[in-house]
Amino acid sequence: MGNVVVNTATKLDAHALRADFPIFEQEFHGKPLAFLDSAASSQKPRQMLEAMNRFYETSYANVHRGVYELAERATEGLEHARERTRAFINAPSTREVIFLRNATEALNLVAYSWGLNNLGPGDAVVVTELEHHSNFVPWQYIAKRQGADFLMLSIDESGDPDLSQLEEIARDHTVKVVATNLVSNSLGTIHDLVPLVEWAHEQNAIFVCDAAQAAPHMKLDVQALDCDFLAISGHKMCGPSGIGALWGRAELLQSMEPFLLGGHMISSVRADKTMWGELPHKFEAGTAPMAEAVGLGAAIDYLEAIGLDKIEAHEHELAAYALGRLGEVPGITLYGPSAERRAGVVSFNLEGIHPHDVAQILDLQGVAIRAGHHCCQPLMHKLGVAATNRASFYLYTIPEEIDQLVEGLYAVRKVFA
Amino acid sequence: MSGAFDQMYREVILDHYKNPRGHGTIEDPDAEADGQNPLCGDEVSIYVAFADDGETIAEVKFSGRGCAISQAATSMLMEMSVGRTATEVATMEKEELLEEIAIPLTPVRLKCAMLGLTTLKVALHKAKGTPLPEGLAGFDELELT
Ligand SMILES: Cc1ncc(COP(=O)(O)O)c(C=O)c1O
Repeated sequence: MGNVVVNTATKLDAHALRADFPIFEQEFHGKPLAFLDSAASSQKPRQMLEAMNRFYETSYANVHRGVYELAERATEGLEHARERTRAFINAPSTREVIFLRNATEALNLVAYSWGLNNLGPGDAVVVTELEHHSNFVPWQYIAKRQGADFLMLSIDESGDPDLSQLEEIARDHTVKVVATNLVSNSLGTIHDLVPLVEWAHEQNAIFVCDAAQAAPHMKLDVQALDCDFLAISGHKMCGPSGIGALWGRAELLQSMEPFLLGGHMISSVRADKTMWGELPHKFEAGTAPMAEAVGLGAAIDYLEAIGLDKIEAHEHELAAYALGRLGEVPGITLYGPSAERRAGVVSFNLEGIHPHDVAQILDLQGVAIRAGHHCCQPLMHKLGVAATNRASFYLYTIPEEIDQLVEGLYAVRKVFA
Repeated sequence: MSGAFDQMYREVILDHYKNPRGHGTIEDPDAEADGQNPLCGDEVSIYVAFADDGETIAEVKFSGRGCAISQAATSMLMEMSVGRTATEVATMEKEELLEEIAIPLTPVRLKCAMLGLTTLKVALHKAKGTPLPEGLAGFDELELT
């Protein structure tokens, strides 16, 4: 049946893909760079950088304004990127795809524009203990401002929320918003959101999905997820910084007030009355991050050419390898679920050694990891630590980098012996 | 390469980290403050008891958690502060502490190193009712309202 051949061909070749990423041509502290901080932000392939450059060099003018050909070309560039983004998340319409700075801005938009008009005393917003601050703080703030309750589902060791709390919450509150991540940036957990989405809709609540960490690693489908809003950030998925997207159901977006006000988001302005523009423009005040959007479109092209299923499989493999290798290091505590249930993220602590010190000594060996609370202080509180170390992987990560990390950890232990 | 480790994690830093001076708390302190490093969530609390003149620092202690740099720097600061006046310490130049630490610090690690000093200064200014200098303003009131 030729299965064997097909199997090898379906694997991603990270060693070969690294050639697309100019950043790896440098050395740090005399060593090749083991870049294990992709969950914070990914590195950039030449193909994406070239697409942005080409846009600046051949198609740049302000969009949606000029009647001249160059402006039309720029508008086409932006709108093509919107179509690529729509297809990437399988949204029904490009009208529902709003370009913003990042996932944080997208989540704030929903919290403000939806929350300020729909939340009040007696209502509740439900998040989990595992949220990034960007899907936590805006809801905490808006709930408080509106006199609504802000509730946090506790999680277990794998990062899964405890659903047994839902019944009591539903009994005592009018749940209006359920907001959770699809993939955790700190534990790497890939959540099964189906039960929470179903529960949210039974409560007539909206379901807001923070997919900032999911979009780089797996195929997204807003219709299959059945969520109401979904936020992504370009910089985590091989795109440039300064571009993210919010998807929302058209009927919800239409009923909402705008978030930022000014040029481009209007249909008419008079002294006594201003009319909002059509979707998505109503939520895109000011000059758009057009080159960045083009970059995001090119990043999507890049990821899809490789195949998100292959990227996901590659990361599971790396997570399994890393959990195995790191597990050998004396005094290590590993956090989070089993390898099959996680994206390429491994958080850990070395007994008696603060993550800052671990990361600093690793840096001197050319290994870049993140040390801190990863914008997840409620989780740190739960784990009873101030901070963790986090190594995270992407399509260009190779097992040799994990070996370099493990060797580095032995050197860390020596310094603190 | 190990040269670079030695430079940063010199013997004296590791010694202060493993055997911190002035670690603990003071009951009914004359001055106290809590500080956080927002980058990593580290926390330090500092407690001060004045001598009978109400000005000389008779005893100073710290508690909390942090990396080797922040813990060692705070430990050194405890030794540097005892016997000096509140005004002197509240206006201490950061260079004085940095000379004591004497290791190369990146901007991020500088924040670790300064956590104790900043917190101690806030404690002293609060106790004396003197306004917090620019740069420390708001340090103590970051709560979500
Ligand atoms: C799960 C998750 N949500 C939200 C964000 C926020 O993304 P950004 O900083 O691009 O707005 C991040 C990024 O760290 C994240 O990992």
